[in-house]
Amino acid sequence: MSDNIKTVKNATCTFCGCVCDDMELTVDLDAKRITKAKNACVLGRAWFAEHTIQDGPAAMIDGKEVTLEEAIEEAAQVLTSAKFPITYGLSDTTCEAQRQAVAITDFIRGSIDTTTSVCHGPSGLAFQGVGESTMTLGEVKNRADFIMYWGGNPAESHPRHFTRYTVTPKGMFTPNGKKDRTVVLVDVRKTPSTPVADIFLQVKPGKDFELAWAMRALVKGHKVDSSIENETGVSLEVLEDLVQRMKNCNYGVLFMGMGLTMTRGRHFNSGAIMALAADLNEFTHFVAKPVRGHGNVTGADNVVSWQTGYPFGVNFSKGYPRFNPGEFTTVDTLSRCDADAALIIASDPAANFPQAAINHLGSIPVVSFDTKETATSKLAHVAFRTSTYGINTGGTVYRMDDVPITLRPAFESPFPSDEDILTPLRKRVQEIVIGKSKAKGAGAGVTRAASPVK
Amino acid sequence: MSTSTRILNGKVYDPINKVDGEIKDICIKDGKIVESVGDDATRIDAAGMVIMPGGVDIHCHIAGPKVNLARKLQPEDHRHDPHPGTPFTRSGSGGTVPSTFATGYRYATLGYTTAMEAAVTPIGARHTLEELHDTPVIDKGFYVLLGNNIFLQQLLKEGRKEEFKHAIAWWINSTKAFTTKLVNPGGDEPWKGKKNSNVSDIDEKPNSNDISPRQIIEAFIEAVNELGLPHPPHIHCNNLGHSGNYKTTLETMRTAGDRRAHLAHIQFHSYAGELGKNPTSAAREIADYINKHPNISCDVGQVMFGKSTIMTADAPLAYMLRGIAKGKWVNADTECESGCGIVPFSYQEHVYVHALQWAIGLELFLLSEDPWRIILSTDHPNGGSFMNYPKLIKLLMDSSFRKEELSRANQKAVNKTLLPDLEREYTLNEIAIITRAGPAKCLGLNNKGHLGPGADADITIYDDQADKEIMFNAPRYVFKSGTPIISNHEFCQDHDGRLLHVAPAYDETIVDTVRPFFEDYYSIEFDNYAVDDSYLHDHEIIPVRN
Amino acid sequence: MSETMLLIPGRSNKQGTSLNKGKLKEEYLEVTSTVEMNEDDMQRLQLEDGDRVRLSNSIGEFTASCKKKKSKDLPEGMIFIAYGPSSSRLMESDTGGSGMPISKNIEVEVEKVAA
Ligand code: SF4
Ligand SMILES: [Zn+2]
Repeated sequence: MSDNIKTVKNATCTFCGCVCDDMELTVDLDAKRITKAKNACVLGRAWFAEHTIQDGPAAMIDGKEVTLEEAIEEAAQVLTSAKFPITYGLSDTTCEAQRQAVAITDFIRGSIDTTTSVCHGPSGLAFQGVGESTMTLGEVKNRADFIMYWGGNPAESHPRHFTRYTVTPKGMFTPNGKKDRTVVLVDVRKTPSTPVADIFLQVKPGKDFELAWAMRALVKGHKVDSSIENETGVSLEVLEDLVQRMKNCNYGVLFMGMGLTMTRGRHFNSGAIMALAADLNEFTHFVAKPVRGHGNVTGADNVVSWQTGYPFGVNFSKGYPRFNPGEFTTVDTLSRCDADAALIIASDPAANFPQAAINHLGSIPVVSFDTKETATSKLAHVAFRTSTYGINTGGTVYRMDDVPITLRPAFESPFPSDEDILTPLRKRVQEIVIGKSKAKGAGAGVTRAASPVK
Repeated sequence: MSTSTRILNGKVYDPINKVDGEIKDICIKDGKIVESVGDDATRIDAAGMVIMPGGVDIHCHIAGPKVNLARKLQPEDHRHDPHPGTPFTRSGSGGTVPSTFATGYRYATLGYTTAMEAAVTPIGARHTLEELHDTPVIDKGFYVLLGNNIFLQQLLKEGRKEEFKHAIAWWINSTKAFTTKLVNPGGDEPWKGKKNSNVSDIDEKPNSNDISPRQIIEAFIEAVNELGLPHPPHIHCNNLGHSGNYKTTLETMRTAGDRRAHLAHIQFHSYAGELGKNPTSAAREIADYINKHPNISCDVGQVMFGKSTIMTADAPLAYMLRGIAKGKWVNADTECESGCGIVPFSYQEHVYVHALQWAIGLELFLLSEDPWRIILSTDHPNGGSFMNYPKLIKLLMDSSFRKEELSRANQKAVNKTLLPDLEREYTLNEIAIITRAGPAKCLGLNNKGHLGPGADADITIYDDQADKEIMFNAPRYVFKSGTPIISNHEFCQDHDGRLLHVAPAYDETIVDTVRPFFEDYYSIEFDNYAVDDSYLHDHEIIPVRN
Repeated sequence: MSETMLLIPGRSNKQGTSLNKGKLKEEYLEVTSTVEMNEDDMQRLQLEDGDRVRLSNSIGEFTASCKKKKSKDLPEGMIFIAYGPSSSRLMESDTGGSGMPISKNIEVEVEKVAA
């Protein structure tokens, strides 16, 4: 360890959607590594410890080192000559980079999709169907006396969710922390999260919708048959008691895990939970929220929404955004062999996607952005190695409850940030597109901005 | 390339400079209006055209957390109304809650060049600034929600008025806001903490040790006045939408005494009748008070028939409307700062209440004697999209068109108002006041809303047409800061626009007063809360009055 | 001897920490190719901790080593695995019009692989 040490206070961990912004990082500037991350959980510690600088080229074409300029030019050519280019990933980069990525996709008339489509995309669809009563996490800390997690294991996926935001913290109307709250967990199996719960409901796999719907019925005062136990694994008695507690609490919260969205029922499951929370507002204040996974997947939803009007699965081929999950979402565009070029940013579909999608990805030109070598960067035609957000580069990240936080980078990386490359790439792409439209004699692409009505 | 332009032969409406339809040259240099330009200036012949300063929207909801939730919520709102891009402008989607790019371009296509987002939580300021950066062409700013801020209320309860004032200034600086916004002051705590209830009276104290809405309003008016902000507190009164609420509105205005206050979307607060029963109009009472009190300004919040989206920090109101609309509903609580509700909505001519709301808005416009203080708005998208402005202008300028529209609305409702008897027609000069000069003045934007030397060269040129809806729907030219954005009805250049904000001075030790509360009750770190300058795109600090 | 069971891919601490070291590194690959099984199921299939099992369905297959879990923690007929390249092999590409492939509660055939 050298003497060239600095500490960074109030730094942010972007490993999971908790986006804890209370990190105190000790940085060895000579060794270019973080030696200590105070307040981080086990995952956060690994995140900070393992993001060191490894030698390697910042840009490669077909596995051979090239200059950044050459790689950007090649990427621009690939993307602008494709008929159905797709952009995917984005949940592990800053909003500033995401904004450039959506702009590129707009100009090349491709599809833009984020990892949302394979995590809480179904909750996004449910949101469009029923809406949502929701909150920032500080409201849970200050007010919630009833907290229910459904289909999630935060102890392992979001280790500080309980301790920093929901179960243990002492808040304005919850001065005794956990003692002031009832915690309920619903899952198909016991997990390291289970011990936190005052009540654990073991639901049969794939029966979440049935269980939630029975609860809605009970909330509304309808009769539910005792066969519900056979169907869902949870007895009517337990359900009735639970519903009473929900109606009688002061501020209730339902957290939705991916155990709801990734299984039979998908958006129906999330929709049932959102509707249940909404219904309970007849009796008391009740809110719900998906527990989002990646550090800035919530930022991606926000950026894509404000720029296009839709949260994910958006296509620009007609010159304006269209939204159709199942058609423009990435698993579908790849496994149906629609896409003929792909811009993959901070994500690894070559490892995580169904085999048919991976196979197609291997057969088209891919431009990849990664901080480390991945299955996707290995098959990419143009591969950029970029610096890590929150560790080497600043920018904005949205916590799972839509609260935006500014990052405080710890040390400089020799690699550029995603935004550093995406910005010139966007400019180059736009140049090519304007050039092409002039060549077509389309009057420089001017459309009628305002024409008299009637 | 010459950066100067001369616009010749146009009929100019510039009420601040007392120009009412004169043929006059307008000269532009380096983004500003100047006395004259050299012979090498670009010349635009505006013969047969009407020249006005760019429009200024004093109250709309176009960016930030709640707007984005409403966008995400309604794919059906966008699908019927796409906004195609060009190689130099971005595409987007429209509807009542357009994407950011579509919002900026569409304001431009109406000749509007400035718009103020009217309700942003402090913790959502960063998000709002990012969206505003992606909102092209127009200059923009936002009002920060402080009327249900728990810490500020604590200071008031403890009688710490001086610290209260400094804390407000700190919050404005920390968010880059333009002024303070109060929404249903005092109503959040009953909503979040007391099983979805609300305050119903301006003097109500939900708990014995609480303060009343009136005390909050009074304290803000006093503090903002002392801080010298260019725009006074922007107030969304208690009891929005309830029958009989005009009394609360009158009391709110009385609370201001002779100090300045701006009442938002006053149409929604001008209802007589008994609580729980159908409302009737109290436009006369409200207009009378405003006519006699030059310290009060307001925007109307006109309801337009058709699709709208209710989005408000008044969460209990949205919950009530959820019961009426019976569709999807969003509620979003923000820790220590605000509530929020969103409900897709539609106003229908045949529905008694909707027709009454429509008529009351028009009554207010037509009964008010001073156009400088009654500003055109639809509380976009609450009363309807800003894209309705041309139609609203026609309703004000053309009494026969108004009568036609009136005959289609619920007769029981409109006949309970004075509207059938109001013959007044707004002049072009008055329209220039309620859409440009008036809002610019109310906002304290000395370089906006007029065409005198030194003004920002935000200029709209319309073809002079008999049908005012057609005319205001399609300016032939729009200049933003001297740059031609629309030329011959077509986009010719893109522009980023600027962020407008204020930076009142404050005692820095206030930070130590806020910090302990923050560390106890917020969920992010205090030092990560204030927004730094990196979130400002091109910007301008509007000076405070001293 | 093979049996039909339900595969539940999910997150685990180890999966999360090893992910940070690198997705092509030994540790991550090992973590994401170990399955947890109910003790009674394992006994019935004559499996011991560390034995190899093959999981397959109409989409694909992979082999993994198995680890015993008490019945009260993991019900019979259920298998847990940390997300990763292995679990993806059994994921269907049809998203049912949602964009989301079914990635939890996947029906699989389980059989012991001869050592
Ligand atoms: S909970 Fe998530 S964000 Fe917080 S330290 Fe752990 S990994 Fe990082
Ligand atoms: Zn408003």
